[in-house]
Amino acid sequence: MKFLRQFGIILLLSALGEGLHALLPLPVPASVYGLVLMLAALMTGIIKVGQVEETADFLIEIMPVMFVPAGVGLLNAWGVLQPIWVPVVMITVITTVIVMVVTGRVTQTVIEKDRKGHDSK
Amino acid sequence: MTNFIENSVFLGAVLSLVAYEAGMLLKRKFKLAIFNPLLIAILCVMGVLSLLGVDYDTYNEGGKYISYLLTPATVCLAVPLYRQMNLLKKNIKAVVLGIVSGVLASLVSVLALAWLFGLSHEEYVTLLPKSITTAIGMGVSEELGGIVTITVAVIIITGVLGNMIAEAVCRIARINEPIAKGLALGTSAHAIGTAKAMEMGEVEGAMSSLAIAVAGLLTVVGASVFVQFL
Repeated sequence: MKFLRQFGIILLLSALGEGLHALLPLPVPASVYGLVLMLAALMTGIIKVGQVEETADFLIEIMPVMFVPAGVGLLNAWGVLQPIWVPVVMITVITTVIVMVVTGRVTQTVIEKDRKGHDSK
Repeated sequence: MTNFIENSVFLGAVLSLVAYEAGMLLKRKFKLAIFNPLLIAILCVMGVLSLLGVDYDTYNEGGKYISYLLTPATVCLAVPLYRQMNLLKKNIKAVVLGIVSGVLASLVSVLALAWLFGLSHEEYVTLLPKSITTAIGMGVSEELGGIVTITVAVIIITGVLGNMIAEAVCRIARINEPIAKGLALGTSAHAIGTAKAMEMGEVEGAMSSLAIAVAGLLTVVGASVFVQFL
């Protein structure tokens, strides 16, 4: 029963996310609305974390596999990608590394600075 | 036999799971980034499909039930985020600055490289939302007049690539703070990067989940400005 209820709550919030996606004219997917709704419900105590925790952790653990069909779908995109694949792949590789390094370094530098500020006080 | 392969709704799903498992075995054995379970799984399935002469739509009859779980799984990312709320509040300045600079870095670097490679305006806007989650990225690309199919392909390639190189990049760039690692993954490689962040740890995963939503929304705004630049 526990898992049934947990999965039910998660699907309910996914459905509410779909509802918001249909209602609001913003390019925000149902999943992101659902994530925000779930966070709000947890923070206000409408949903207790124990009421969804195990199923949530399970779904998150198997999440990488959920991207396999989308990845295989690249087979169908090859036709349109083929004429420009060289610059596209180069841009993709370079920008991904840049974004990762910039985000990580900036965050880490600010955290380290804050920590030093606290220590000297 | 051919009939069974074409009609089975479980075969595609089983194939995906087995291929992922095989990828994890290889990864454990060789400890090389190229043996990324997700990449191995995708390539294995592609290989099996072309070997059997089964097309993507037939495979996806089973595969779509795996993709179906993506929305509920993304909703669940709120749970680790909730558990790490105190940490988030304590580091809110670093978190906001990190994601904002990452989104800017993405837009600026796509602009610079698109200009360098002489891409057309249409190709440039197609690539602008490449680092954000598929559903938001598709919307942005469509809105700005990009080629949505290519946007989706590039978003997936970005995610798989980010998932593959994250450990090496963090090591080389000496990013060792869990919050910084998580934000780096979520901002650069959206949900596929977050899957890797979850493997690294709870804090990394929570921060990466946060970055999916925040970076996605910031890119919607940022891309509408950057669309004018090329």
